[in-house]
Amino acid sequence: MSVPAEKKEKVSVPFDYNKYLRPNKLPHIWCPGCGHGIVLKAMLRAIDKTGFDKNDICVISGIGCSSRTPGYVDFNTLHTLHGRALSFATGVKFANPKLKVIVVTGDGDALAIGGNHFIHTCRRNIDLTVLVFTNATYGMTGGQYSPTTPMGSQATTSRYGSIEPPFDACEMAKASGASFVARGTAYHTLELEKTIHEAIMHKGTSVVDIIDACPTYYGRANKFKSATHMMEVIEKENTVNVKQADKLPPEKLEGKFLRGVLHKIEKPEYCEQYESIVMEKAKAK
Amino acid sequence: MAITMTKGQAGLTGNSAIAYAMKQINPDVCPAYPITPSTAVIEEFASYVADGAVTTELITVESEHSAMSACIGAAAAGARVMTATSSQGLALMWEMLYIASGMRLPIILTDVNRALSAPINIHCDHSDSMGARDSGWIQLYSETVQEAYDNLIQAVRIAEDETVQLPVMVCLDGFITSHAIENITLLSDEEVQGFVGEYNAKTTLLDIDHPVTMGAMSLPENYIDFKFQQSEAIARSKDTVLKVAEDFEKRFGRKYGLFEGYRLEDAEIAIVILNSAAGTTKVAVDELRKKGLKAGLLRPRLFRPFPFKELAEALKDKKAIAVLDRADSMNGFGGPVFNELRSALYDVPKRPKVVSRIYGLGGRDYKVKDAIAVFEELKTIAETGMVDTLQKYITI
Ligand SMILES: Cc1ncc(C[n+]2csc(CCOP(=O)(O)OP(=O)(O)O)c2C)c(N)n1
Ligand code: SF4
Ligand SMILES: [Mg+2]
Repeated sequence: MSVPAEKKEKVSVPFDYNKYLRPNKLPHIWCPGCGHGIVLKAMLRAIDKTGFDKNDICVISGIGCSSRTPGYVDFNTLHTLHGRALSFATGVKFANPKLKVIVVTGDGDALAIGGNHFIHTCRRNIDLTVLVFTNATYGMTGGQYSPTTPMGSQATTSRYGSIEPPFDACEMAKASGASFVARGTAYHTLELEKTIHEAIMHKGTSVVDIIDACPTYYGRANKFKSATHMMEVIEKENTVNVKQADKLPPEKLEGKFLRGVLHKIEKPEYCEQYESIVMEKAKAK
Repeated sequence: MAITMTKGQAGLTGNSAIAYAMKQINPDVCPAYPITPSTAVIEEFASYVADGAVTTELITVESEHSAMSACIGAAAAGARVMTATSSQGLALMWEMLYIASGMRLPIILTDVNRALSAPINIHCDHSDSMGARDSGWIQLYSETVQEAYDNLIQAVRIAEDETVQLPVMVCLDGFITSHAIENITLLSDEEVQGFVGEYNAKTTLLDIDHPVTMGAMSLPENYIDFKFQQSEAIARSKDTVLKVAEDFEKRFGRKYGLFEGYRLEDAEIAIVILNSAAGTTKVAVDELRKKGLKAGLLRPRLFRPFPFKELAEALKDKKAIAVLDRADSMNGFGGPVFNELRSALYDVPKRPKVVSRIYGLGGRDYKVKDAIAVFEELKTIAETGMVDTLQKYITI
């Protein structure tokens, strides 16, 4: 399948990941070929670009392979419960609005067991960056289908193909009120880095749905030849950058996910609104 | 999932045995959500469903909160319902556990015991099921894969007994029992079906000729009366547990009671301990017996309802007892089993000395030498009549 050539970007000096890693926590648990590590690296480069002090950043996760990320990174980190990362993060942000709070969550963590928190976080537009690692499976528990598993796909819980229609995390975030919604993939790693950077800089709930691969479960169950084969098919061929989408005929877009910033608006942020009411009432006294 | 059997024997992990028992029971509905270390129960059961080996509706929901809610809905509609979980999964079901017992729904849940967060840990202890001990569920604990399999089959009869009608939780140790292969004796499908029988719920939501409402508002006029009935029912279930065990023994030859005593009768000192660690303790008992020390063990099988009379009777003339808990009731009076057992012994004429030892949290190994050390302490207590340390952590 041919897709319009991506704009080539230059990588200059090798990036020193070590300054953001906890070497004593390595090696990580991820399988060879897992997309989560690529996303982690993109996140670290994006954070580096913001210039924020390490101590002003808090990375929070739920439970899952993806949610192991905070254990490896040298920020303030909080590893919580399956599905509840966003609620913990809301508490952290509210208690200390100066912190830059980044939530790392899996598609299962964010959209299945934690789906309720996902929509309400977006609705409030609280200033959090939410990175959803969408690998279409519950990797950690052995490859059950998740809310992003495409219909017809194999999983340990869908031996004849999944019959449940999947969620589109971006549509859901937008409809729920998030003021920044974007999508990236592990394959388009430099583009992802930019997107995460923009998400962190945006004030309000910023959701980045990141398509990546679980070769161990999703890949094997669905007869992909290798991790790179998965990346080619799922991440490269099955996505189109939103900027190129206008130029393509509708049939070329059918069934494909759009990448890049899909929705970005200015909207009152929750903590600021709360603060302004407090100030107003204090003045009135 | 083909199981290879030789003369009715098969090498199975605890999870496989539970899944196989579920296959043989063939429940109507199984709502489930995966969590380590119980995931394989549902994973293997899902294969039985996919292979058409059972007629169960497997509902793969989005959380344990939903799983137990769906269990309640299905049971209220008259279905025979089973599920499995561990740790945080059971914790997330907590709100619904009380609904299941309050509505008197005979749901069967396998809890593969695992520690609770924080810190995150996937290994065995009993803090999950102990946290649910006041939820009105009957709790059966299992030392071995064989017992877990047998308990699950008996649980169906206990739960559905007309005089009981309560949910039952079957507990086995995460990884230690759930993932270790043991040679066990399986029953045939016909034997299991013949034993559990067909389930005909007395009151169901789908019986349109006799409409009912469940869980309705019940204020001070009658709430306590419902709870009184529930409390009576769970107390009655003790006899049902024995009755069902008796029938099980008659049919299949394996004997179960409210607890197991090991070299207990003439013992002067004893350890009381749940689940797999009893196996380790038995080895210690044997070693010490060889040296002439009158050591013994009591392993409760039924923890809810708590058979306080029978336990007190079995332990009343021991000199010193250590209750080993694989869960801490944080700053309560000792671990949960200790607390209730010591209280049960309050009324015996010559109270034994009873100490609390918390062991093995989060999967910390409990070895024969640990059991021996406890027995040695008990020996001193028995000789001097003095307790130095009433409660403490061991295996640390
Ligand atoms: C309350 C609760 N239920 C179940 C689990 C078991 N569990 C751990 S991770 C996970 C799924 C993870 O899937 P996802 O969030 O997509 O992350 P991935 O492993 O795919 O990166 C489940 C079901 C748990 N930890 N807590
Ligand atoms: S199981 Fe899947 S998601 Fe988890 S580390 Fe392995 S490849 Fe990654
Ligand atoms: Mg996932």
